[in-house]
Amino acid sequence: MASTIVPAIRVQREDFDVAAEIAALTEGRADIGAVVTFSGLCRDEKGALAALELEHYPGMAEAEIGRIAAEAIERWPLQGLTVIHRHGKITPGENIVLVVAASAHRQAAFEAANFLMDYLKSRAPFWKKEHRADGSEGGWVEAKEADDQAAGRWKTPDR
Amino acid sequence: MSTKLIYFAWVRERIGKPEEHVELPAGVETVADLLRWLKSRGEEYENALQYPDVIRVAINQEHVGHREKIAGAREIALFPPMTGG
Repeated sequence: MASTIVPAIRVQREDFDVAAEIAALTEGRADIGAVVTFSGLCRDEKGALAALELEHYPGMAEAEIGRIAAEAIERWPLQGLTVIHRHGKITPGENIVLVVAASAHRQAAFEAANFLMDYLKSRAPFWKKEHRADGSEGGWVEAKEADDQAAGRWKTPDR
Repeated sequence: MSTKLIYFAWVRERIGKPEEHVELPAGVETVADLLRWLKSRGEEYENALQYPDVIRVAINQEHVGHREKIAGAREIALFPPMTGG
């Protein structure tokens, strides 16, 4: 690879604009052949959820996403990478997380985005608490074993 | 030397505060030692750290395992498994 790219990482309360983030990565460039975006949204199940409250560890959240992004950049030939994770109260239908991975070819972009999401789920310091539609306080969302396993599949023998 | 402890999610709720500064007693050398010592500090700690194996720990904002030495740590965070993304 010619030069190492610098990922754009943001941890913010505000929403993001997916189209604007893609444009920011690709504008004025002719060498990008593939852009993969993943958006994670707050999902309601049967009208029971009023909102998710996302708590985060300020400082470490940015640092840990940075470490995960750096690993993705090392493993795949990316030409651009943006990761945005929101915190605070988020209602069903709203955005929570965005990964935009740009590369010359689709495979690297797909794989890097997939890797980033698996690692964000199990290593980025965020915790979701449910607020129920009936006004009662829901519990903390429990971590899923499947998410840890998903992250584990990217491990290489030398790591 | 005083060490800053930070708690998140249900660990924070059960302990009843987001952070505190503590003087670590001699003999508290690893993360596992720290969890064991904290657990003995009162009912709220006992409640939060009842199952120490599930508690995740970061030293100076980086994930560590329970065998990690804590000498020189400025900031130690305790939290449940993460559920972001």
